[in-house]
Amino acid sequence: MRGSTRVKIGTAVVAIALAATACSSSDDDTKSSGSTPGASAGGDGGTATGVYSYQSGEPQNPLQPANANENQGGRILQNLFRGLYTFDAKDGHPVPAMAQSVDTKDAQNYTIKIKSGWTFHDGTPVTAKSFVDAWNWGANAKNKQLSADPWFADIEGFKDVHPESGDPTAQTMSGLKVVDDTTFTVKLYGPVSSFTYKLGYIAFAPLPQAFYSDPAKFGENPVGNGPYQMDGAWEHKVHLKVKTFPGYKGDDKPKNGGIDFKFYTSAEAAYTDLVSNNLDVMDQVPTTQLGKYKQDLGSRAVDQPQASIQMVGFALYDPAWSAPGKEKVRQGISLAIDRDTITKTVFKGSRSPADSWVSPGINGFLKGTCGDFCKFDKDKAKALVAEGGGVPNNKITLIYNGDANHKEWVDATCNSIRQTLNVECVGEPKPTFKESRDIIQNKKVTGGMFRTGWQADYPLNGNFLADIYRTGAASNDSGYSNPKFDDLTKQADANPDLSAAVKQYQDAEKLLANDMPQIPLWYYQSTTGYSTKVSNVTYVWNGDPDFTNVVVKK
Amino acid sequence: MGRYVARRLLQMIPVFLGTTFLIYVMVYSLPGDPISALYGDKAADKVFVASKRKELGLDDPLVVQYFNYLKNIVLHWDFGKAFNGQPVWNEMKRVFPISLKLATVAIGFEIVVGVALGVLSGLRRGKFADRIVLVITLLIISIPIFVLGRVIQWTVAIKWDLTKPTVGGEAHWADLMMPGFVLGALAVAFLARVTRTSIVENLRADYIRTATAKGLPRRRVITVHLLRNSMIPMVTLIGTDLGTLMGGAIVTEGIFNVPGVGYTLFQAIRLKEGPTVIGIVTVLVLIFLACSLIVDLLYAVLDPRIRYA
Repeated sequence: MRGSTRVKIGTAVVAIALAATACSSSDDDTKSSGSTPGASAGGDGGTATGVYSYQSGEPQNPLQPANANENQGGRILQNLFRGLYTFDAKDGHPVPAMAQSVDTKDAQNYTIKIKSGWTFHDGTPVTAKSFVDAWNWGANAKNKQLSADPWFADIEGFKDVHPESGDPTAQTMSGLKVVDDTTFTVKLYGPVSSFTYKLGYIAFAPLPQAFYSDPAKFGENPVGNGPYQMDGAWEHKVHLKVKTFPGYKGDDKPKNGGIDFKFYTSAEAAYTDLVSNNLDVMDQVPTTQLGKYKQDLGSRAVDQPQASIQMVGFALYDPAWSAPGKEKVRQGISLAIDRDTITKTVFKGSRSPADSWVSPGINGFLKGTCGDFCKFDKDKAKALVAEGGGVPNNKITLIYNGDANHKEWVDATCNSIRQTLNVECVGEPKPTFKESRDIIQNKKVTGGMFRTGWQADYPLNGNFLADIYRTGAASNDSGYSNPKFDDLTKQADANPDLSAAVKQYQDAEKLLANDMPQIPLWYYQSTTGYSTKVSNVTYVWNGDPDFTNVVVKK
Repeated sequence: MGRYVARRLLQMIPVFLGTTFLIYVMVYSLPGDPISALYGDKAADKVFVASKRKELGLDDPLVVQYFNYLKNIVLHWDFGKAFNGQPVWNEMKRVFPISLKLATVAIGFEIVVGVALGVLSGLRRGKFADRIVLVITLLIISIPIFVLGRVIQWTVAIKWDLTKPTVGGEAHWADLMMPGFVLGALAVAFLARVTRTSIVENLRADYIRTATAKGLPRRRVITVHLLRNSMIPMVTLIGTDLGTLMGGAIVTEGIFNVPGVGYTLFQAIRLKEGPTVIGIVTVLVLIFLACSLIVDLLYAVLDPRIRYA
C-alpha cells in the first residue's frame, strides 16, 4: 500500500514537472522562432514566424461573420476571413481580395466572379456557393445575426427571409443566384453605388460547409479562408491566438507568424504592459496616459486620424428647434463652440477639430464643408442666434451617457456656449448608454441637444451622410428631412460611376451647412503605439493596425 | 452543535431566495433596453431585438422570469445564458477560481503581516515600534487603492523588473503575489489595528496577570492565553473579508488585468446582463453566508464559554 502511494506521488511530480517544462519550452519556441530554418524574412531583419500580441477585449458575440458588429470580435474575424474586397490601408478604396471581377452597368445587377483555387482552413474549396449560402444564412431572421439588417437589406428577397414580423417565408433571397463554381449574380432592390464598399465588410465573408451543421460550435472555433487560422482554442477572457494559414492565396500574405489577441480588463493595464514590453501592439492609449505617452514611447507613438466623428444633434422633431429661421440659432450654437481649445485641453490632442460631417481618411472627405460655421466666432454667433429669434426658452440641455468619458467635453462645450451666448446650457448625463440611447432613438429628447457620433462601417462618404441625414434613415436620430438632400443622396446611390457618386454625396453634404441638423465637433485620432519587439506597424482607416504587415524583430 | 449547524444551513434557503429576488427586481428595473444597446450609436434592427428578447425571455412579467430562473437552477443547474450565448455557469467556473486565488493570496498576506504587526505594536504599546506601525497603517488606510496599486506596479514590475506587471487570465500564483499584496494592504492595516486594540485590552485582563504570576514563560502567556483570547474580533474581520475581497476587487483587477469576479460583475451590470449579475451575486451571497457560519463556529472553539445547542 505504502509503496503504491509513493509511486502515485512520484508520477504526479513527474507530470507536474513535465507540464512545467512543456510551458517553458513553448515559450522558448516563440522566442527562438527567429532562427527557424527556411523562414522567409519579412523585411527589416524580421521573421515571418514571430508572433506578436495585440491589445483586445473579449468578443461580445460568437465569432460568426454576420454577428460581429463590435470591434473586438470584428477585428479577429477580419483576420480569419477574407471577403470579396479589403480596403486600402492609405485612402480606403476597395481592393479586390477574393473578387476576380465585379461587373455592373446599373449598380443594381451585379455579376461577381471569384478567384479560383482558394480554400478554407479545413481544406475545402471556396466557391460561389460558399458566398451565397453564407449571405442567405446571415440574412435569415431565424438565425438572429446582429448584422442582418441593414447589411443584407439591399439584396432582393431580403424582406422574405427577414420580414418585419412573423416567420421568414423563404429560406433564400431571390436576388442571389449561383451561376457556376466561381460565378454568382446579385440583384438588389434598387441601385446602390456603394455596394462594392459594403462587400468589404466582414458580414459578406464566405462560410465553409462545416459551418451549417453547428453554427454555435463554429462560433467558438471558426474556420475561415483568411490569412490567419485559429491556433488552439479561444480561451475566454484570456486570449485568442491565430497563426499564419500556409494555404492563403491572397496578396496580403502575413509578414509575421501570427497574432495573440490578449484580452484586457482595462486600457491602463494594457498600457503598463506595452511600456514594459509585455504587449506588442496597442489599440488605444488610455485617456489618463495621453499627457505622457509620446514621451514614454518616443518614435513608437502613433497619432493619426481614424474614421470616427463626434457630434451633437438637435431634436428637430421639437417644433421649437425646427421652425423656419431656427437654423440660424443652430448655426450660431455651432459658432459658439471653441473646438480648438477643447481638443487641446480636454482631449490633449487625441481629437482634432472637425469642419465637415465626414471624417478624414474616407473616400470623399472634403475639408471645410461646414465652412465658417465650425469656426469659433463670438460676435457672429451672437448675431446669428439673435437673427434666428434666440435659443428656445434661453436654455439648452445636452443629453449624454454618463458611463463613458463624455462629461468633461460636454461640460466644456456647454461652458463655451454659455459664455458666448449668455444662455443656460447644461449637460444632462443619463446613467447608462442604454438609457440615453432609448431616449434618443425613440425621439424623446426635450432639451434640444444630444450627444451622438458615427464610426464608419466602410470608408465612403455616403456612409456618413445617407445613413444619418436622409429622411427616415434608421440612424436619423435628429428627425432631419430635406428633400434636396434626399434627392442628391438617392441619385448618388443609383450612380454606377462611383467617383461621380462621391461628388453627389459631397453636394448633399454641403446642404447640411445651411440646415445644421447636427454640429460636427471633432474627429477621433488613433492615439496608440507599439513595443520595441515589432516594426512596420501602421494603422488603417478604422484605427486597426495593418495586421498582416507587422514585422516581429528577431 | 450539529443541530445548530443544520439550523443555520436551513436559514440560508430563505436568505438565498430573498437576495436572488431582490437582485432580480433591481436588474429588471434598470432603465434602457440592453439588446438595442448592442447596436451602439447606430439604429437597432427591430426584428433582431424582438426575437432576441423573446429568446432570453425578457418580455415575460418579472415574476414569471424569476420563477423560470429558479426552476432552471434547481432542476438543471442552469444559471441561464449571457447575451453572447455562453452559459453563465461556464463564466462563473472561469472567474471564481481566479478571484478565489487572488483573495487567498490577499488573506494569507493579511493574516501573516496583519497579526504580526498587531501583536508587535500591542505588546509595545506607546513605544517606538507601536508608533511606527500606527503611522504605516494610517498611511495605507488613507491612500486610495488605485494610487497604491499603480505605484507598486510601476516600482516593482517596471522599475525593478521583479515580476510581470499584469496577470492575465491564466492567473499563475507567482503573478498574483503583487496584486494580492495590494488588495490585502487595506485589510492588513485594519487587522493590525484591531489586533493591537484587542491585545492591549486583554493584557490588562486578570487571567494574564494570573498566568504571569504563576510563573508561566512569557512566550506561553502570549501565544496561548493572550493571543487566543484576543482572536475573536480578528476572526470576525478575516471571515467577512473573503467575500469582500472576492467581489469587491474591481479596482485591483483593473490595474493588474485580473479577469475576476469584480470585473465580470461590473461588465454585466453595465450590459444589464441579468443572468450573469444574479448568478455571480448569488454565489457571493453563499460565500458570505458560509464564511459567517464558519466564523460563528470558530467562536466556540476559541472561547469555550460560548456554546451552541
